[in-house]
Amino acid sequence: MIELRIHGRGGQGAVVASKTLAQAAFLAGRYVQSYPDYGVERRGAPVVAFARIAEPGDDLFVRQDIREPHHLLILDATLLDSANPIAGLQPGGWVVVNTSDPPSALGIVPRFRVATVNATEIAQRHGLGSAAQPVVNTAILGAFVKATGIVSMEDLLAAIDHEVPVKAEENRLAASEAYEQVLLEVSV
Amino acid sequence: MPERLLLTGNHAAAYGAMLARSEVISAYPITPQTMIVELLSELTASGRLDAKFITVESEHSAMAACVGASAAGARAYTATSGQGLALMHEMLHWAVGARLPIVLTNVSRAMAPGWSIWSDQSDILSQRDVGWMMLFAESVQEAQDFIIWMYRVAEQVFLPGMVGMDAFILSHTAEPLIVHDQEAVDEYLPGFQPLYDLDPEQPRAYGGLVNRDHYFELRYKVYENMERAGQLLIDAGEEFGEVLGHKYTPLEGFMLDDADYVLVSAGAMTSNVRQAVRDLREKGIKAGLLRVIAFRPFPVKQIRQKLGGRKKVAVLDRNMSAGHSGIFAEEIRSALLGRPDAPPVYGYVVGIGGRDVRVETAHEVMNDLLVRDEPEMSLFVGVKGLPIGPLRSDYEIRPLEPLEVMR
Repeated sequence: MIELRIHGRGGQGAVVASKTLAQAAFLAGRYVQSYPDYGVERRGAPVVAFARIAEPGDDLFVRQDIREPHHLLILDATLLDSANPIAGLQPGGWVVVNTSDPPSALGIVPRFRVATVNATEIAQRHGLGSAAQPVVNTAILGAFVKATGIVSMEDLLAAIDHEVPVKAEENRLAASEAYEQVLLEVSV
Repeated sequence: MPERLLLTGNHAAAYGAMLARSEVISAYPITPQTMIVELLSELTASGRLDAKFITVESEHSAMAACVGASAAGARAYTATSGQGLALMHEMLHWAVGARLPIVLTNVSRAMAPGWSIWSDQSDILSQRDVGWMMLFAESVQEAQDFIIWMYRVAEQVFLPGMVGMDAFILSHTAEPLIVHDQEAVDEYLPGFQPLYDLDPEQPRAYGGLVNRDHYFELRYKVYENMERAGQLLIDAGEEFGEVLGHKYTPLEGFMLDDADYVLVSAGAMTSNVRQAVRDLREKGIKAGLLRVIAFRPFPVKQIRQKLGGRKKVAVLDRNMSAGHSGIFAEEIRSALLGRPDAPPVYGYVVGIGGRDVRVETAHEVMNDLLVRDEPEMSLFVGVKGLPIGPLRSDYEIRPLEPLEVMR
């Protein structure tokens, strides 16, 4: 079983990111679960969402918050300083961050693998969300797919059609561009 | 062919109401239920569901509209949560006395204040005595299927029924769902045949004044039909398996046959308790799980059969009755009272206001159960700074440090 945690801010699309990723794995025939940790939803406030992907042919049994994820998606790099999203991450896990900085600039300990992509710029260029509040979820998912290979790009694009029917084409392009542009640093 | 989709518990409930061919839906939005009636209003507007969607100004009015619709012979459905269910309370009684087989999904949410949208079964259990049947779903599949199962029984006994689903851990969790074939559901659940309906051509008075000479008998009939519903739930659950591919029962046992120590649970947290039972068996501890699915009618005979002769029983309650104990624990104790083979029943209160009930939580309960001699009415698990009991040195559990990442 693969457990993922997604950290974002209200309005960035963290919850939809979780559902879209789960949908991609579901389309590939895997058993999945996607689940948000809602607070009282406010734009800009930290939001957490979870996804579980079972091993092929397996099922899932538990319903609880993910404390020790295999990988992390961080939709806003400022959360690294304020929300301690790295807590519990398993050694060797990927941390996929939306930032214009290269992985080495983030100062994340070398026990983890780091990937960065400027999802904000990609989302703004494709008119996803507003210029001030871009929806970066599909872009960060493209970067995640490149880094981890847990689901295929083909399944991610099909999942975007399912889960993000508004501006589906722009969202598919954002995911594909992020897939191409993501910077990977493997320093385990 | 049945379709397999990735859907949340809320959307599964909307599919359940659609597959049951609900004819009138009346609801007032409230988090975390709103997604159910949002989807139903879309399905109604697009014509995919041939129903009348009535918007109202409160949950009290939503139930009143369902009462009117059901009295007119329509299959009526609504969904609510927490404060909304509380506001419906008066009309819940009305649906029972008027013998209207309305079905309601309640997404269980903690009662305010403090203002919380999180999971807690105190809302639905506060309606224990109104005379509605009650089923507790554990999975997204059951959030859909129990609506259909409930209508099947409700329309035979002319009593309403509610399906409980836990906030967020089920309502907002997306997982694979089998959406049944409409034709198969139609075979399982034919159209509602009321005994009487509102007909201007044949005017009758309903809900009129009843004096001391009749009311007792009316209420006795409610009691009698609720008793009948116990067997009908078993039969209709069996038939669900034959027609729609999954058999449902009022109770579910897991690794129960030879269990010395039984954990009792209801709702979505049961998935984690079941995992703990698997772990415990691997450690050689003879643990088992009893899941309560039907809470009204309460399957007293089956509970006596399943729990009689066990060494110890722990009931996990995601609710509490202040001044007494967890409500499931109360009901289990009363079912076993006076039986020569009654095991001691230990009450554990967990997960109030959405506090994460984890596999480790069930391990903490089992750890306490094994070392504790005398049963207690209410032991609280997971209250900050409050230990539940001494740790046994040969039964190691991982300490649960609060994880300060969320917000």
